[in-house]
Amino acid sequence: MRLPPEAEEARVPIQSDTDIVTARQRGRMLATQLGFTSGDATIVATAISELARNIVLYAKKGEVALTPVESQDNYGLIITARDEGEGIADVRQAMQDGYSTSGRLGVGLPGVKRLMDEFEIVSEAGKGTTVTVKKWKR
Amino acid sequence: MEVPILKQGPYLIATIQSALTDADLLQLRDSLVEQVGRYRSRGVIVDVTALDVMDSFASRTIRDIAQMIKLRGAETVIVGIDPDVAFAMVRLGLNLEGVATTLDLEEGLVLLNERARATKR
Repeated sequence: MRLPPEAEEARVPIQSDTDIVTARQRGRMLATQLGFTSGDATIVATAISELARNIVLYAKKGEVALTPVESQDNYGLIITARDEGEGIADVRQAMQDGYSTSGRLGVGLPGVKRLMDEFEIVSEAGKGTTVTVKKWKR
Repeated sequence: MEVPILKQGPYLIATIQSALTDADLLQLRDSLVEQVGRYRSRGVIVDVTALDVMDSFASRTIRDIAQMIKLRGAETVIVGIDPDVAFAMVRLGLNLEGVATTLDLEEGLVLLNERARATKR
């Protein structure tokens, strides 16, 4: 399926709480352009908000990239949250429900994983973290 | 963007009108906690109908608001959580445990009035 022309890839630099809002609004718009239901567009926006906040909290700055993708018969949206912060020492621990090194949030990555269809995290100590998630249109 | 807070008799009504940044949410919390004392309000309604996303930070701040208002001697009701927002919150594992919620502003006022009557008895 060819992607709608208005659904363009977007990259949002993240370094403050206003960037979190910009990123999730851009993501909602893109999801809507791809024909996602309003419920799924809200899920996409919520996941982006969590991922972008992780960047601000733990790495200070980074980027959220929003990439529309197509399969043979469907559209999807890939969200890539990248930072060059300290990285996550124990990714397995970070993926456990209720775990948060900031002591503040506690839903974090496992919550985002539940919201999305696909989830991948790569983190290297001292080099940063990249979380890549995908949501398909239903 | 600042959230307007309306004084309506013994209640304060804060109506969120757009997406809020973390700083906006904290500002709302501080304003409500301060104004509840200044106006000697008995109840606070936060209308979140227009809120685009209720993520972990927003949920936590709403819970904080309700608890702080309680400590100041008043009640808080959160009204107007959008169905899509409710679904995303549940999937994310968020809740507003211990915080009163109603469908809309009208129901929120009914609840506060009932509670005010119950306290008088």
